Amino acid sequence: MSSDAMAIPSGQAAGRPWVEVLHEWVTTVDHKRLGILYIVYALLFLVVGGVEAMIIRIQLMHAHSDFVSPQVFNRLFTMHGTTMIFFVAMPILFGFANYLVPLMVGARDMAFPRLNAFSFWLSAIGGFLLYFSLLGGNGLYGAGNAPDVGWWAYAPLTARAFSPGHSSDYWTVAVLVSGFGSIGTAINLIATILSQRSPGMTLGRMPLMVWLTLVMSGMVLSAIGPLSAAQIMLLIDRYLGGHFFDTQAGGSATLWMHFFWIFGHPEVYVLILPCFGIMSETIPVFSRKPIFGYPVMVGASVCIAFVSSSVWAHHMFTIGMNSYANSFFAITTLAVGVPTGIKIFNWLGTMWGGRILFRVPMLFSIAFLFQFLIAGLTGIMLGSAAFDSQLNDSYFVVAHFHYVIVGGILFAVFAAFYYWYPKMTGRMLNESIGKLHFWLFVIGFHLTFDVMHFPGLLGMPRRIYTYEPRPGWEILNFLVTIGAFIQGAAILVFVFNLIFSYFKGKKAGNDPWDAWTLEWSVSSPPPPYNFASPPMVTSRRPLWDRKHPEDPDSNYE
Amino acid sequence: MSAISTPLSETPAVWRLPYRGTVGMACLITAESFIFTIFVVAYLHNLGKSLTGPTPEQVLETPIFYTICLLSSSLTIHLAARFLKLGRRGAFLALWLLTIVLGGLFLYGTGHEWHRLIYERGLTISTNLFGTSYYSLVGLHASHVTVGLIMLSVVLLFGLAGSFGREQSARIETLSMYWHFVDAVWVVVFTVVYVIGR
Repeated sequence: MSSDAMAIPSGQAAGRPWVEVLHEWVTTVDHKRLGILYIVYALLFLVVGGVEAMIIRIQLMHAHSDFVSPQVFNRLFTMHGTTMIFFVAMPILFGFANYLVPLMVGARDMAFPRLNAFSFWLSAIGGFLLYFSLLGGNGLYGAGNAPDVGWWAYAPLTARAFSPGHSSDYWTVAVLVSGFGSIGTAINLIATILSQRSPGMTLGRMPLMVWLTLVMSGMVLSAIGPLSAAQIMLLIDRYLGGHFFDTQAGGSATLWMHFFWIFGHPEVYVLILPCFGIMSETIPVFSRKPIFGYPVMVGASVCIAFVSSSVWAHHMFTIGMNSYANSFFAITTLAVGVPTGIKIFNWLGTMWGGRILFRVPMLFSIAFLFQFLIAGLTGIMLGSAAFDSQLNDSYFVVAHFHYVIVGGILFAVFAAFYYWYPKMTGRMLNESIGKLHFWLFVIGFHLTFDVMHFPGLLGMPRRIYTYEPRPGWEILNFLVTIGAFIQGAAILVFVFNLIFSYFKGKKAGNDPWDAWTLEWSVSSPPPPYNFASPPMVTSRRPLWDRKHPEDPDSNYE
Repeated sequence: MSAISTPLSETPAVWRLPYRGTVGMACLITAESFIFTIFVVAYLHNLGKSLTGPTPEQVLETPIFYTICLLSSSLTIHLAARFLKLGRRGAFLALWLLTIVLGGLFLYGTGHEWHRLIYERGLTISTNLFGTSYYSLVGLHASHVTVGLIMLSVVLLFGLAGSFGREQSARIETLSMYWHFVDAVWVVVFTVVYVIGR
């Protein structure tokens, strides 16, 4: 086996010309390398999007601040939102799915390795295009550079008259291209899961991470399709003189809202479902118990996928829909809470009576449970149409969805990093630095996003570049900004840990956590072909069966 | 690295999973269906909302002949795939060529209609809301027909070059799934544009 030639980069690769190493990475079709490329690419954009968030927070620290101009502020929140959703959250979760799914189902690679590489490079070009707008967005008009229409780009703001130049086109094309990449990856993941499983790995024995990736991929197909269609319409409007969203010619601005949110809300679940998958792997392993209620977990996931596809217009309660539509979308929105609640209870049921090990992945997982619960509760508040009419487009909403995305998704992603980093690199992430990262981030997160609810309740609207010094606004915004800086510091600690542990971390071995899924049965990092022969699977915990031949799970399933 | 040799080698008697091409194509079709759904919804939503003419009633003519061409190409591609499975290359190639001709005729029909609309009726994509919706929806479908024709032609070239046989049957089935999808979409587009839309 050519473990030297194919192992993870640098260190071992010393002695070979860097061009050769680079060439190998650029032309790779190996799911593990593409997974790492996705993750590294997402981390780069995380830093870019994070810096944008910092500038936004510095601007809002005081009333009447003039750190950035209103025009720059508009570009900042547009770029921050677009970057974080399309070029951080999606690729980082696709990266983990890419890396883990073939290993977990006992396959040697994805179903379509070349499509996999193609999808990654499409996403990468999308991100590049978005930021190229800083150079190319001016067009011939000298009008603005980066997109400044907000991440949902409501019509008619995107019409030629209101967005001259090319800035909005860069946004559209970037999102469209990366969307095609996402569809490609989703197709690949579904085909891998349905067609490449090793013998005995029935659907009912797949790890929950794989199940949730399957459900997530299905949602990508149903969510990104409408988004792509809407972006094509927008391009037709902007370049061919179409009238889809042109109210002057009978078109409808509301139609764009619907199309965008038909994508936009399921997108939240596209992001959170893999995180549920991560939780369903870490919590059992660190509680030393098998997952509680496996079939119910699967059922709840599928249920979430269906219900959450019919809730989109709760983003539009204030646009003047009739009361039947408002009631329908309020009821479906509240209904999503049921399967989600089932999942939270099942994770608690897994921990209940378990021998819980408070390692860093578990710390992040436990924080996830609490924070995701709170995020869900404010979601239920906003899901009530009457309440939402008061707080729509306020900082309460901003606090709510950051609670989901940072407190939920990002915490789960951190848990995944600490859990699977040993598998990807062969070395453990440093535990003490990890705890520092965890506590700093928890403190910063709560200072920022707990406090952020209150300016919203006091009436502070989102997307304003500055504000009057009203009672309470200044001190609250100041605290939020301090919290943001603490989070920034925590991210630096995390990046330091990633680099430090890569060179100095403890050797991990095949199975540092005494876990039960197939990825831990191969070396760390795994060989290019993953498995020498297809592993036979007889239960949901194949590696447990192998470690405990006297008492295999298959006796009980 | 430790190759897995499980102590419980309880190999399932039969371990059959669906062909990855079929699954992949089914997923692609799902995603495409959502794209088309949005365009169809937009078309229906925009019906009768144009502020200026021409209207669909004034300019559209039902393309019966070309519709028959496209729909019957679904039958020919299905038979072609059947013949390939049976190993009858000649019949396969003939029917495959016929499929391409029928698809090409349909595309010509769309082009002809567009030419008539643009040059005789003065309807372009930017004339009014109807023009925008019509050219987008029909054009999206026509672009899918075009992509399908390119793929069918590639297969024909390989087939004529001789590097083709029964072992490619599964791939041909996958491609024919796509073609059936394109035909099925036309049924919807036809209904929406020429039946409901007038």
